[in-house]
Amino acid sequence: MITIPYLTALTTYFSYGLLFAFGQFRDFFRKIFDWWNSSNRQGYAPICLGNEDFYTRRLYLRIQDCFGRPISSAPDAWFDVVERYSNDHNKTLKRTDKVKHCLNLGSYNYLGFAAADEYCTPRAIESLKLFSPSTSSARADGGTTALHKELEEYVANFVGKPAAIVFGMGYVTNSAIIPVLIGKGGLIISDSLNHSSIINGARGSGATIRVFQHNTPSHLENVLREQIAEGQPRTHRPWKKIIVVVEGIYSMEGELCKLPEVVSICKKYKAYVYLDEAHSIGAVGRTGRGVCELLAVDTADVDVMMGTFTKSFGSCGGYIAGSKELIQFLKYACPAHLYGTSISPPAAQQIISAIKVILGEDGSSRGAQKLARIRENSNFFRSELQKMGFEVLGDNDSPIMPIMLYNPSKIPAFSRECLKQNVAVVTVGFPATPLLLGRARICISASHSREDLINALEVISKVGDLVGIKYFPAEPKKEHREDGTIKLD
Amino acid sequence: MPYRGKALLADSERGKGRNPVGIRFFFSVDPITLIASRTSIRFAQQALILLKRLCPWAKTSNSLGGVVLTRAVASHAAQLGILNTMASAVMNILQAAVDWMTFAFDAPSARAVVFGVPIGGHLFVEGLLLVVILYLLSQKSYKPPKKPLSKKEIDELCDEWTPEPLIPPLTKEMQREPPVLESAARPHTTIDGQEVVNFASANYLGLIGHQKLLDSCTSAMETYGVGSCGPRSFYGTIDVHLDCEARIAKFLGTPDSILYSYGLSTVFSAIPAFCKKGDIIIVDEGVHWGIQNGLYLSRSTIVYFKHNDMASLQSKLEKITLENKRAKKMRRYIMIEAVYQNSGQIAPLDDIIRLKEKYLFRVLVDESNSFGVLGRSGKGLAEYHGIPIEKIDIVTAAMGHALAAEGGFCTGNARIIDHQRLSSSAYVFSASLPPYLASAAISAIDVLEENPSLITKLKENIAVLWAGLSDLQGLEIASNPHSPIVFLRLKNSTGSFKSDLQLLEDIADRVLKEDSVFVVTSKRSILDKCPLPVGIKLFISAAHSESDLLKASEALKRVAASTFPNCG
Repeated sequence: MITIPYLTALTTYFSYGLLFAFGQFRDFFRKIFDWWNSSNRQGYAPICLGNEDFYTRRLYLRIQDCFGRPISSAPDAWFDVVERYSNDHNKTLKRTDKVKHCLNLGSYNYLGFAAADEYCTPRAIESLKLFSPSTSSARADGGTTALHKELEEYVANFVGKPAAIVFGMGYVTNSAIIPVLIGKGGLIISDSLNHSSIINGARGSGATIRVFQHNTPSHLENVLREQIAEGQPRTHRPWKKIIVVVEGIYSMEGELCKLPEVVSICKKYKAYVYLDEAHSIGAVGRTGRGVCELLAVDTADVDVMMGTFTKSFGSCGGYIAGSKELIQFLKYACPAHLYGTSISPPAAQQIISAIKVILGEDGSSRGAQKLARIRENSNFFRSELQKMGFEVLGDNDSPIMPIMLYNPSKIPAFSRECLKQNVAVVTVGFPATPLLLGRARICISASHSREDLINALEVISKVGDLVGIKYFPAEPKKEHREDGTIKLD
Repeated sequence: MPYRGKALLADSERGKGRNPVGIRFFFSVDPITLIASRTSIRFAQQALILLKRLCPWAKTSNSLGGVVLTRAVASHAAQLGILNTMASAVMNILQAAVDWMTFAFDAPSARAVVFGVPIGGHLFVEGLLLVVILYLLSQKSYKPPKKPLSKKEIDELCDEWTPEPLIPPLTKEMQREPPVLESAARPHTTIDGQEVVNFASANYLGLIGHQKLLDSCTSAMETYGVGSCGPRSFYGTIDVHLDCEARIAKFLGTPDSILYSYGLSTVFSAIPAFCKKGDIIIVDEGVHWGIQNGLYLSRSTIVYFKHNDMASLQSKLEKITLENKRAKKMRRYIMIEAVYQNSGQIAPLDDIIRLKEKYLFRVLVDESNSFGVLGRSGKGLAEYHGIPIEKIDIVTAAMGHALAAEGGFCTGNARIIDHQRLSSSAYVFSASLPPYLASAAISAIDVLEENPSLITKLKENIAVLWAGLSDLQGLEIASNPHSPIVFLRLKNSTGSFKSDLQLLEDIADRVLKEDSVFVVTSKRSILDKCPLPVGIKLFISAAHSESDLLKASEALKRVAASTFPNCG
C-alpha cells in the first residue's frame, strides 16, 4: 500500500481543488458565451453532457503536451520525439519537423525487439512478401494461414500449455474471451487494479463482478468465502462458476502478482484462475516464460493464461493458452475468432522469431543475454532510484517502476524537465490512477546500456531535486557505489 | 399527482430497511406536516409525563393557583358524582398544564421580541421539535436480527459447492477446423497444396499483395520495427499514425479522424464513448457482434428495428419521441451498418437522414464493408446516396477489408474525434496500430484514389456473379445488387438454425473440395444475438477475373442442384 504524507495529500487536494475551481469559473463564462452564441445544434442533446468532458477541457488540456508525444523512429532505447508547439494555450498541438533524440524510458520494449532486429525483421519482411500485411478475413473463415498455425504452436509451447489461440489485438482478447467463458449466474472476482480490457470483458459478460483489494490474497479468500456462502444476489442460488482474474505484473504499479497464494486459494475454493500476462510474458522468468516461471507456479494450475505480444515481442495481438478443449471451444464460440480479422502475418512472424530468439533456437545466446540484461537493468535502476530517495513502487525483477509524484503540478513539471534533458518518461495522473497518486512510470528495456541508465539516473535525480519528489532521505553516496557493483555481478 | 405518488411509493419500497424517518419522507407528499403531527403527538405524551412528575411540586407551590383549584375540584367531586369529577379532573390537569407552560414560557427567552413580534412559546416548541427530529434521525434503522454464518458453516458451504466446468462438453460441430492457407489470401490462394479461387477474404479492391503496399510496409518495418510497443498516449504515437489519420480525413472530406489498432474494437469502443446510461440508441436488428457488444457496454436504452425496414424505423422513432417526455434531453442515436455483414444489404441512408432530421437523432454508421467500395470514388455510403458526409455524425470502419491493412478508424467532426482520444477505452488502453499497417493504409488510399477503375471493376464483377447465380436451386441471393458481399440463403429453411448451418457448411465444403472454390458460411458466435438467417457469403474482389466468377457460380449451381434436387 502507498502511504502518502499528510502534507503532500493536503497540497495535492489543494491543487486539484484550485484546478477544479478555476475550471468551474471558466465553465461559467463559457456557458454564458455558449448561450449567447447558441452553438449547440437545436434540438439535439449535446454530445458531451455537462461535466462529462470537464476533466479533458479544464485539466487535461493544460498538460496535453506531456501525453501522446509523437515519435518519428522505432521505439528503441533511444528514439526521436517530434517537437510540437501550440498557438492556442495547449488546446491544439502542431507538429514541427524538428525532433529531439531522447532516451526512451516509456515504451514497453522490455526485450528490445521494438527496433529492427537482425534475426526477426528480415523474417517478418519475408512473411510480408509471402502473405501480405493482411488476410482481410476472420480466422474462422479464410484468415488462417500456415503462419497462424505455427504461431499458435510456438505460443503454447513457450507458455507451457497444451494449446493456444491468437488474436489480432490484446485488448480484444480480454474483452471478447471473458464473456465466452462466463455469463449470467457466474461470478468474476477481479483485482481492484486490473486493466481496462478485463473490466470491459467482465462487464460485457453479464456475470456478477466482485473486486478484491489489490494483490491481497487474504482479502480474495474472504471475498470467495463470503460469495460462495451467499450465492447469487437475491436468488441465493449457488454460483455457476467463479473466475478469479489477476495480472502477472500490474502495469501502473510494477508489482508482481502474488500468484502462488492466489492459485492455492483458488484451488481450495474451486475457482478458476485467469492470468493476464500482458506485461510479464517474455519480460520475467529465467527463460522469459512470465510470472509462473519466476514464482515457480505450475502452469497446469492456471486455467486460462492470457498475454499480449505488443510488449516483450515487439509485435501486436494477444493470445489465450489453456487446455486443448478450452482452445477448441474458444475457436467455436469466440467472436474475435469468428469476426475479427486475423493477426497480420508479418506480425505473427515477428512473434515466432522473437520466441525463437528468446529460446535460443536462432542459434545464438542473444535471448538469454537479453533476459539477463533486463533483469540486471531493472534491479540496478530500481535500487539506484530508491537510494536517491524517490518513492518507487513495485517489486524487484519487475521492469516497470513508478516514481510517485502526487501533486498534479509535478506531473507536467517532471515530464517536461526530463524531456528538456533528453529523457522521455511517461507520467500518469487521474483518471488512470487514483486522484492523489499521480506518478511517473519508467519502463526498462534490455536494449538500454549501463551508460544510458546512469545518464538517465543523473537526469532524474536532478529533476527530482528541482520538482521536489524525493520523499525519502537519500542514502550516502559511498554505499551507493558499492551496491551498484554488487548488483552488477 | 397520482403518478408521482406511485413513484414515491415504489421508492419507499426500495428504501425499506433504511432509516424509518426516511421512509416516511417518501410516503408523504408533504413530509413536514406529517413529521410535525407525529412529533406533536410525542410532545404531548412527554408533556403529560412531565406533568405527572410536576404535580406534587405544583400542589405545594403557592404561585400557581392549582392548589386552590384542586381542592375545589375535590369538594365538588363528592357532590356531583364520579362523571363530573372526571370531567373536571381533565379540566384540572389541563389547567395545571397550561399553568406550568405559562411558567415555563415565562423564561426570558420566551419573552423575546423579533422584529416587533413577540415570539411567545414558539421558540421553545420549535426547539423541542428540532430536538425530537434530531432524536428520531439519530435512531438506528430497524434491521431484522441476523445471525451471521459461523466459520464452520461457511467451510461446509464452500466444500459443498461444485462449480460448472469452465467450458461445456465439446460436441462435434465445435470441432470444425477452417482451411489453412499456404499463401497470401489473394483471389487465388493455396489450400492443401491446391490452388483455389478465394471468395473468403474481404479483399474488395484486390489490394492484398499489391506491390505499392508491400513496398511501403517493408520500408516502414525497416524504420519503425514491427510493433509500436506502447499505447498512443505513451510514446506509441508514431508520425505515420498521424499521417494516416490526416490521410483518411482528407480522403473522406471530414475534419479529423482517429485510428484504432483493430477493426473489431473500433465500433465497440466508440459507441460507449458517446452513449451512456439514459441515452437512446435505435439500431437495426441485423448489426454485427462488434456493434452489439458496443451497445451492451454503453448501457444505453436499446431499441431494435426490423432489418433494413424504414417503416419499422419510423414507427420506433415516432413511438420513442411521443412516449418519452425526456427524449429531447437525451442523446439519441440511430445505429446502422452501411453494408450489413450478416445479410449483404445496403442501408437506405437517404431515408434514414430524412427521418433523423425529422426526429432529431444522430446517425452512427459502420462502414467496415462499404469504405473503399460504395460510391463513385469509394468514399462509402454517403457518396453512394449522394449525401454530404457531414450529415452522418459518426463514421467507423475497419481497415482490414478494402484497404487490406489492419485496424480501424472513426471519423467525424473535431469534437467527436477529440472526445474519443481520452474516453474511448480501446484507444486509450491499447497499444497502437503497428506503424507498417498504418503506412499500408495510407498507400491503399493512394492506390484507390489513383485508380477509381478498381471500383468500376468491382461493380462489374458483382454483376457477373449475380447473373451467374440467378437461378440457383434451393438458394437465393439475399444481398443488395451493389453489395460486395453476395449473400446466399436457403429458400426453405430446414426449421432449425443448426441444421441450416450444417447444410450450408456441407455445400461450402463440397464446393471447396470438388471445385476448388473457397466460400464460407456466416458464423454465429454464442454471444451473437443477430436474428437473421445464416447463409453462404461470397466476398467479391476487383481482382477476381471473369473466369473465377463463372467458376464459382458454376460450382455453386452444380452443388446446389445435387443438394436440393427437388427445388425449382
